[in-house]
Amino acid sequence: MLEIIVASTIKVVVVMAAVLTGCAYATYMERKVVGHLQHRIGPLYAGPYGLLQPIADAVKLMFKEDIVPDKVERATFALAPLIAFVPALLTFAVVPFGGDNTIFGYEIKMVLSDLNIGILFVFAITSLGVYGIVLAGWSSGSKYSLLGGIRSSAQMISYEVSYGLSIIGVLLIANTLSLRELVDRQASDSIWFFSNWYVFKQPLGCLLYVVCAIAETNRAPFDLPEAESELVAGYHTEYSSMRFAMFFIGEYANMLAVCAVGATLFFGGWQGPFVDSVPLLGIVWLVLKVFVFMFVYIWLRATFPRFRYDQLMNFGWKVLLPLALLNTMVTGLLVVQGVF
Amino acid sequence: MNEVIKAVSNTFLKMPKGFVVTFKHLFRKPVTLDYPRKKKPMAPRYRGKHYLERYDDGTERCVCCGLCAAACPADAIYMEPSENEEGERYAKLYEINLLRCIFCGFCEEACPEEAIFLGHEYEFSDDNRNSFIVAKETMLVAHPRKENPFKRVYRRVRKVYGVPDRQR
Repeated sequence: MLEIIVASTIKVVVVMAAVLTGCAYATYMERKVVGHLQHRIGPLYAGPYGLLQPIADAVKLMFKEDIVPDKVERATFALAPLIAFVPALLTFAVVPFGGDNTIFGYEIKMVLSDLNIGILFVFAITSLGVYGIVLAGWSSGSKYSLLGGIRSSAQMISYEVSYGLSIIGVLLIANTLSLRELVDRQASDSIWFFSNWYVFKQPLGCLLYVVCAIAETNRAPFDLPEAESELVAGYHTEYSSMRFAMFFIGEYANMLAVCAVGATLFFGGWQGPFVDSVPLLGIVWLVLKVFVFMFVYIWLRATFPRFRYDQLMNFGWKVLLPLALLNTMVTGLLVVQGVF
Repeated sequence: MNEVIKAVSNTFLKMPKGFVVTFKHLFRKPVTLDYPRKKKPMAPRYRGKHYLERYDDGTERCVCCGLCAAACPADAIYMEPSENEEGERYAKLYEINLLRCIFCGFCEEACPEEAIFLGHEYEFSDDNRNSFIVAKETMLVAHPRKENPFKRVYRRVRKVYGVPDRQR
């Protein structure tokens, strides 16, 4: 019993530390990549190549004054960043980052919690994040924040449906809800290590997942809740210091989570060449896949302008939803026919 | 239905074009300069902070004639003349107020002795006004000097106009 508690505690600490560091360096990566895409050079001064920039930012945010405007609903105002922040981190509880490893004679599962309904947990938890944004927008007592919050809720509700439907195809094929088993089914011994990845069986599903995931995490070109050219900073206009930092980390943690889940569902998770022979190589593959996903995220941000609100709604309901339904229907039909 | 077709066709026909465009820009040389560490090469005729030239033996070229001060549209130059032991004029006091100076280069053009030039230095911000009044001592170039960038140009100009070079 004690062993289990100690082992899981260590795993939790390591994973959380890794995720938070990942968030910090995701901001660095974003600034660097977007910078170079726009002929700039990005952060450069804190440490070599500006590598210590995220740490400098964190220190700066911690020492900033925590401003609470007069007209806010104090309790909700304080609670909202936490609601946005925690669910983003919770997602990583079920993302597997390796097979079973034996370390110091103990059998260690390389996943925080091997939930048999892992994917449902992920979708339930990521949807909770919107409450943080909506409550932040409402409790700030500011027009911009409120508009940001309203936009966020409308957007999340619209895209949640297609988001959920986009993965049904994978679940139908795999016949499981556990992320660990999903990864196992995508394993392949042949030299074409990617041959069993679900992206080849579910190309449309993957595309829909990526689009909806971007909308779910409020990223460009779906970043209407914080549209800085219209709403100052949207739902976190009135936030400063660590409260703002929580929204910020939450957003990036959400991005990483969505990338990790996407990699797990469609790109074989931690599976890759030589994972069976080299211990802990699965982590490297997963990180690499998340990295590629993140690059696409940032690339997209630098490429396309923000949607207009009506375009966003039209796209969500008239394009994504029918496509997601079509995908589900066709996949179901093929599964019944025994093609997959 | 139409919107679905349009969106799908855009995704596969038009969006990749956009991605390709931005991806190409990823490998272009950034326009931004890593400024204090790397500096932009200045144009050869850039007009920056002034410096006072010397003859080859180290005596100052400036004879304190006051033509630069007369030519100066911003009234930035102040000077007081004096004489040395050999009875030659020199500037006892020669000050330029960089806060008044508009870096037009008229002083350079007016100087009959080829003594004052506008150099390439442009980083002289400071936190008090007094330090912008630069004295002669700080403007004079170091005496044994390797290369005078203007010397070659002026030698050619003299040759063209047939003016003998006054060497000392």
